[in-house]
Amino acid sequence: MLTQMRPALTLTLFFTLLTGLAYPLAMTSVAQKLFPDAANGSLIAQGDRVIGSALVAQGFAAPGYLHPRPSASGWNEAGTGASNLGPTSALLIAAVAERRAAWRAENGTDAPIDAVTASGSGLDPHISPENAAAQAGRIATARGADPAAIAALIDSAVAGRSLWLYGEPSVNVLLTNLALDASFPFAPADGKGTPTE
Amino acid sequence: MTFLAYALYFGALIGAALMLAAWMARVYAGIPALAGVERLLLRGAGVNPGRDMAWPGYALAVLAFNLVGFIVLYAILRGQGALPLNPDGIGGMAPDLAFNTAVSFVTNTNWQAYSGEAQLSYLSQMAGLTVQNFVSAGTGMAVAVAVIRGFTAAKGTTIGNFWVDLVRSVLWILLPLSILLALFLAWQGVPQTLLGAVTASGLEGTEQVIARGPAAAQIAIKQLGTNGGGFFGVNSAHPFENPTIASNLAQSLAILLIPVAFCFLFGRMAGDRREGRAIFAAMAVMFVAGLVVIHLYEAAGNPALGLGANMEGKEQRFGALLSSLWAASTTAASNGSVNAMHDSFMPLSGLVMLVFMQIGEVIFGGVGAGLYGMLLYVVLAVFLAGLMVGRTPEYLGRKVEAREVTLAVLAFLSMPLGILVGGAIAATVPQALAAVQDAGPHGFSEILYAYSSATGNNGSAFGGWGAAGTWHTTALGLIMLLGRYAIIVPMLAIAGSMIRKTRAPVTSGTFPTHGPLFVTLLILTVLILGALTFFPVLALGPIAEETARAAGQSF
Repeated sequence: MLTQMRPALTLTLFFTLLTGLAYPLAMTSVAQKLFPDAANGSLIAQGDRVIGSALVAQGFAAPGYLHPRPSASGWNEAGTGASNLGPTSALLIAAVAERRAAWRAENGTDAPIDAVTASGSGLDPHISPENAAAQAGRIATARGADPAAIAALIDSAVAGRSLWLYGEPSVNVLLTNLALDASFPFAPADGKGTPTE
Repeated sequence: MTFLAYALYFGALIGAALMLAAWMARVYAGIPALAGVERLLLRGAGVNPGRDMAWPGYALAVLAFNLVGFIVLYAILRGQGALPLNPDGIGGMAPDLAFNTAVSFVTNTNWQAYSGEAQLSYLSQMAGLTVQNFVSAGTGMAVAVAVIRGFTAAKGTTIGNFWVDLVRSVLWILLPLSILLALFLAWQGVPQTLLGAVTASGLEGTEQVIARGPAAAQIAIKQLGTNGGGFFGVNSAHPFENPTIASNLAQSLAILLIPVAFCFLFGRMAGDRREGRAIFAAMAVMFVAGLVVIHLYEAAGNPALGLGANMEGKEQRFGALLSSLWAASTTAASNGSVNAMHDSFMPLSGLVMLVFMQIGEVIFGGVGAGLYGMLLYVVLAVFLAGLMVGRTPEYLGRKVEAREVTLAVLAFLSMPLGILVGGAIAATVPQALAAVQDAGPHGFSEILYAYSSATGNNGSAFGGWGAAGTWHTTALGLIMLLGRYAIIVPMLAIAGSMIRKTRAPVTSGTFPTHGPLFVTLLILTVLILGALTFFPVLALGPIAEETARAAGQSF
């Protein structure tokens, strides 16, 4: 084995420089030139305030906003996580039943499955079109807007399948909420243009 | 629609793998235009590229290279707090966790007992893990090529030069593919930046820390090299690792690309492409059978949670189809990355994933590792066929004798040793049992999954199970070593023994190894040996859980 030590050490050093430094650094500089937004996390800024990433869910509780799927990690990006509870877990079944009841109280309809189950990442930026549409009435009331106009905006935000075959139709919660704020600002009564903080 | 989606995916996969196999055959035979670079590098490392090795020399070179890789990675992980490229100020890893992580990446397992964004600096991700992503994959590919030579090359005593095979795997196969995939992923939204985490203040005013990093480059090789260790803790479910349906499809193809190409490469090197297609067919039949089970269960959903697909632990944009395809691919191919949480899959979906890992990751399997693992079953299958027809078994014109069968059985034993013995201890020692999250049979499945994943060098987990305690970081570290080298060394020995034999001409009495009969026999051998060894423990885990679930029970 000793005769193999020189090539082992030399090639380890070579591959560390090539695949561990040159490759990721070259990819960084190319990606920064070609797709700077995407390569830096698809951040959304309002002025100099970063309000989030278009790809990452954040929590919404105010009635005037679309609500994301439940998150087992409270939308904490730095410590993401899922419930990881199994299909026969009594804890999971109880949690889902509780969310289902809360959803009905809030929106007046039966909840679609994605609205009561937590995603794998805890950061799922999307909800199903059914989930989004069912929230339109509540949003319209909170914003004092025409329910049909809210429903139309939500409908136009639906992203379809890829190649008509892959993935599921979905609505990006943060981007749609930004569009809602732009088209249907909250009544000036609350003074801030944003809901209760 | 579902059928069309899968058919199109498999068509694209097979087409790409056929093209890649043609390229790989040229690379491993030596491309004159690239020989200058190879010679310069290898001479600098003190290697005579023209000198081939007998199997013990080849095995020693593998072990020496992996030992050095382990020491370097361990040192980086321990010392990352004091090293550069650490914008989030992350401290050094604890000794047991660093041991577990270093073993995990050197053995191409990529079991993650840590969470990347919280416990790794950018230097560790790049110069530590990404390097091993490349070279552990390159090691598996080199070993596979050497084993194929043992079966297919002309009579001799040597099976190739490890350093040459390694350099060729990394420079001309893994690196070009990774560059393409990394740029595609960065375009889709996977971060590739050296800037640290950013704190956002959300629309409702809550603060959110958004971790970033040079992820695209790492994720590209993590998929192509069947590594699977994510940049972020939740792996490819994280919207930054896998932001779009397109990024998901590209990664799904990348997981199986090189393993499938190895089947076709085998046919090319054997001088009879039907031999490669037969091995591909055996793997594909088992893969599709498992995939159908997972898809049906996940799409039907969990009535206890409500109508619709089983969406707990899954991302909305991927849904049942892309999550099932990924779950089947990642467990079959020894990749171990996840785009949905396996712990929350239906019981029999979990059963399929367990079986894929327990039979030794031979359904496509790890890059290279899947093929040499399947050749182990081929040796046993022709031996069984020989017993049935009363002739000395032969494969590709060479006699398979007692020595090869003994070595194959020896290699196979590492699976029950790691899974059954390791798992049994973990299920009895109180300190180890504390890792279990779920009550009832699902909790047992969590243990079984962890030990199957480590032994098969897969790396995926039932994530609720606590992998971080000292007991499991140590035990699983040792078992990952067993699952890797207790198969590599005997397989190289088989190759070294086969290549010394004369290739006999084909006669009317030769059992053909490229037809449907052999494919069936190979599948049966895998299922009888692999699956039956583990049926009793599967009955205690996923099967018990499914029967309880059907009776409306919860735990």
